[in-house]
Amino acid sequence: MSRRARLGLGLGSLAALGALLAWAVLGLPDFGHPRGPYADLAPRIMLEERHVTNTVTGVTFDLRGFDTLGEELILFVAALGAAVLLRAQRTERRAERAAEGEERRGPATADALRALGAVLVGPVLLLGIYVVVHGALTPGGGFQGGVILAGALLLVYAAGQAVAVERVRPVSLVEIADSVGAAAYTLVAVAGLVFGVAAMDNVLGFGTQGSLLSGGIVPVLSIAVGVEVTAAITLILTELVDQMLIGGRR
Amino acid sequence: MNALQAVCLLVVAAAGTGTVLTRDPLRQTLAAAVFGLALAVLFLAFGAPDVALSQIVVAGVAVPVMVLLALAKIRIDADEREEGEEG
Repeated sequence: MSRRARLGLGLGSLAALGALLAWAVLGLPDFGHPRGPYADLAPRIMLEERHVTNTVTGVTFDLRGFDTLGEELILFVAALGAAVLLRAQRTERRAERAAEGEERRGPATADALRALGAVLVGPVLLLGIYVVVHGALTPGGGFQGGVILAGALLLVYAAGQAVAVERVRPVSLVEIADSVGAAAYTLVAVAGLVFGVAAMDNVLGFGTQGSLLSGGIVPVLSIAVGVEVTAAITLILTELVDQMLIGGRR
Repeated sequence: MNALQAVCLLVVAAAGTGTVLTRDPLRQTLAAAVFGLALAVLFLAFGAPDVALSQIVVAGVAVPVMVLLALAKIRIDADEREEGEEG
């Protein structure tokens, strides 16, 4: 295809996409005036019937908790798949390396990066835990806090030599945490069936509005998802770092 | 729409265009991360702090790290292949 034809096709589709987008945006309800009763009902239900001040997390882990169960299991299976696929390859290569008598070494890290990483690990860890446990109260929740916690573990990689981390890396602990998080969410869903009227029924006490344990199953599920997301992201990143190191011959 | 929201939209448009116009994959990863963080500020300005937090962790941490690791892997493999051809 000639350059001119490509340019024409690109600009034409961009114009069409832009027109569609403008049309869609013009049809949106005015800001602060949503259509339907759900936008007004959800915060009221969460606040009055569940004592949850952060409606978004409340909806995620209570009203639409069943959807989140599916998403949680998707992430679990994705991490499992990545680990299984990449690990088979790793074992093969490791055997090759052992036969060749080669040491695997990680890339050198700049001193500034190592110092910065070491300084940030603590505060980021604390921030992650805060975001996970305050899911029912303030913006945030298990998913966001979980990725922040995985980021803190990533800083350990950045602060130390990757190989040093590999020696102390608690892979089996990460795998167990991944499973425990997914299992805890499923068990809470089943608890609704056993102690309540339906799966995901909020069977715990709702507590005082604004306190750390308010919202019944909402903070419990937030922590379960936090554990699962931390472990799943850490597992995937660990396998990817390993992939990088497998090829590294320096 | 207030002034802050308008400014955020303009910054997002500029960052998005910049990301597309950056051709080197390594630089583009960082440009995409900046674009993602601009989007997070936009979500915050439109009153969606939960979405902003998700956006920060996905666009600022998860995606760049995975892409950077993939780029490192590709580069190391290419170096190895060159060495193999020379040797």
